[in-house]
Amino acid sequence: MPMNEQFVKFDKVDKSYDGKVLVVKDLNLDIAEGEFITMLGPSGSGKTTCLMMLAGFETPTNGEIYLDGNPISNIPPHKRGIGMVFQNYALFPHMTVYENLAFPLRVRKIPKDDIDKKVDKALSMVSLTGFENRMPGQLSGGQQQRVAVARALVFDPAVVLMDEPLGALDKNLRESMQYEIKHIHESIGVTVVYVTHDQGEALTMSNRIAVFNDGKVQQLSSPDKLYEEPVNSFVAEFIGENNTFGGQVTDFSKDKCKVKLNDGSEILANPITIKSNGDSTTVSLRPERALINTKEKMDNNFKGKIEEVIYHGDHTRVRLDLLGNKDFILKVPNSSANMDIKLGNQINVSWNSHDARALDPK
Amino acid sequence: MSSQTQKILTTDGTPLEVSLKKAERKNKIKAFLLVAPLLFFLLITYIFPIGDMLLRSVDDKMVTEMLPKTFKSMEKWDGKELPPEEVFESFYLDFSKLVDEKREGKLSTQLNYTKNGFKSIIKKLRRKSKNFEEGNYKDQIMAVHKRWADVEYWKAIKRRAPPITYQKYLKGIDMYQNESGNIVSVSEDRRIHRILWLRTLEVAFFVTLLCFLMAYPIAHLLATLPMKYSNLLMICVLLPFWTSLLVRTASWMILLQQQGIVNDFFVFTGLVADDARPEMMYNKTGTYVAMTQILLPFMVLPLYSVMKTISPSLMRAGKSLGGTPFIAFWKIYFPLTIPGIGAGCLLVFILAIGYYITPALVGGASGTLISNQIAFHMKSTLDWSFASAMGLMLLTGVLAIYWVYNKLVGIDNIKLG
Repeated sequence: MPMNEQFVKFDKVDKSYDGKVLVVKDLNLDIAEGEFITMLGPSGSGKTTCLMMLAGFETPTNGEIYLDGNPISNIPPHKRGIGMVFQNYALFPHMTVYENLAFPLRVRKIPKDDIDKKVDKALSMVSLTGFENRMPGQLSGGQQQRVAVARALVFDPAVVLMDEPLGALDKNLRESMQYEIKHIHESIGVTVVYVTHDQGEALTMSNRIAVFNDGKVQQLSSPDKLYEEPVNSFVAEFIGENNTFGGQVTDFSKDKCKVKLNDGSEILANPITIKSNGDSTTVSLRPERALINTKEKMDNNFKGKIEEVIYHGDHTRVRLDLLGNKDFILKVPNSSANMDIKLGNQINVSWNSHDARALDPK
Repeated sequence: MSSQTQKILTTDGTPLEVSLKKAERKNKIKAFLLVAPLLFFLLITYIFPIGDMLLRSVDDKMVTEMLPKTFKSMEKWDGKELPPEEVFESFYLDFSKLVDEKREGKLSTQLNYTKNGFKSIIKKLRRKSKNFEEGNYKDQIMAVHKRWADVEYWKAIKRRAPPITYQKYLKGIDMYQNESGNIVSVSEDRRIHRILWLRTLEVAFFVTLLCFLMAYPIAHLLATLPMKYSNLLMICVLLPFWTSLLVRTASWMILLQQQGIVNDFFVFTGLVADDARPEMMYNKTGTYVAMTQILLPFMVLPLYSVMKTISPSLMRAGKSLGGTPFIAFWKIYFPLTIPGIGAGCLLVFILAIGYYITPALVGGASGTLISNQIAFHMKSTLDWSFASAMGLMLLTGVLAIYWVYNKLVGIDNIKLG
């Protein structure tokens, strides 16, 4: 699909509320048409501020935001034509579901017949047909959420913003809503900018994820790349589980380096942000990349003592004391071959240096 | 399965209902004891006085008790021509008894309420009755003054026979029962109460409107400002609450009088000439200004408490969906504040309709309200039954407004916080 790759463009955007602290620092972000992009980050990282600037409720202190090539900083929110789903749904409590959905159509002076058709279509999209005359207060949290989604889409906006829309739902409902929103996105092809602090949500739903921290985008890439190839130790820590070793680079070549750990032992790692010998580094290794008692040939082989075993049904989590790291986590699939995992045992742990990413020190 | 047995029993065999009642009796007694002092207090200070007021406003026993024999003999009188000798005789007996007890003055006052002209003829009758001879009282009494020979005056006495009356209520709306028993309005130049009722309604209405127009933006600001500013503003709103009503009214007098600060300022800035200072007090203007200021917090607080609960994201949602700021306000924010508007308006209107001190002090002749008239009858004319009647009419009016309001807006829609 030849889509506009720069449908939404943040160009050198800075934002400060008090003139002292920058909440958003030099943000450059291109969002393609029809893309589902998630802004992920801890609270206070500037992601919601970015969303509010795009919606028009906050103005950038510096820089410009473009929508389909046009600067929008001076366009008030109601003329931007951007749909938005709010954290607490923001359904109008004094209007029925129908009136809530008809609101954006009525202010656009759309004829009554078309309004009815569009509302019907939007409600069937979120499978709430027949709920037209309910008041929002009579709906469950999940139903309210779906009304909010339908309302943000009913006037066919080019972009829909979602600000932690599933935050108030319980876990099961949240998961089913994630799929529902994803399917709606796929079927109508609208551009979605989604804000969340829940990495699971971000990984499931998005085409691309922008990880925010400290007002900056730390990494912008597809979910799998983000997980497999984090570019710095914040992303490695923030996304998924992670084992880390701190140390100094002693022997640095193009695709391999030796890292001397604080307890004196040396491991091989994949240099990502390393520039020269002597750099401090944090080596990051995903738990599932380290194997025990494996017959495969791997270039890192060490012995560790089992400190804790936690049974998780489909897998077992094992905490090891390995190379001075007492919180080294392993995920062992439950199969009879691994039944010798006992507290206090010494076991062999191996991993490939390619999976051990030497990143910036924390 | 206990489906055959009708009553569910507890494990030790007592019916469940009985044992539940027993278990909850203690809590019920406790709850009653907690509210008992207030209930007792209300009974003494509120329900009993209002009941007494109701009785007093229709009470007309005084004359009934002063002329018992007269009214008894009048029962047979047809009330068309002069009463028979029997009536005159019993009237003389009742009257002499009153003279002995030195109560004939009260009788003359009471009868004078019913018909003008009784005062002088009763005085005359007292003087002459000392020398009355036994028998033929009719002629002797009629000889005292020609009014005693006028059947209208005897009809007036008979009208006071029932121990209850609604005359005071008629008087409250400038009407009375004339000699032939019809209810008619008093002559136009004496209709003061209707003017006062209408003025009271008018002042209450406009004070409510002014309060609403001023309180709405303030309350909105209070509800949306960050905490550290809104607290300060809230104190400014509440400050008048903590100042005595008299002090506030007095300060309005200092500000608004003709030689007052506001007028001085107008003259100083050249807005008005020194000899053309506008009168802003002792008229309706003074009442409006002072009452609006005093009642403003009663509008701000309910509005504020409702606005505080309206999430700012609703307005944002309205705008992001394409509504102009005005549409977002009018279609979303305003309807959600209606419960607060209702509560504030009802509160201010009901307080304003019975307002007393401020109009009394700054109202002058054209700015006094019905409550001032009630106070006047309580303190000056001592016609307590009339004051009670008007008080009850005011109370009924307030209840009627409440009822209409309930029909229009619904009392469940009111929110005070």
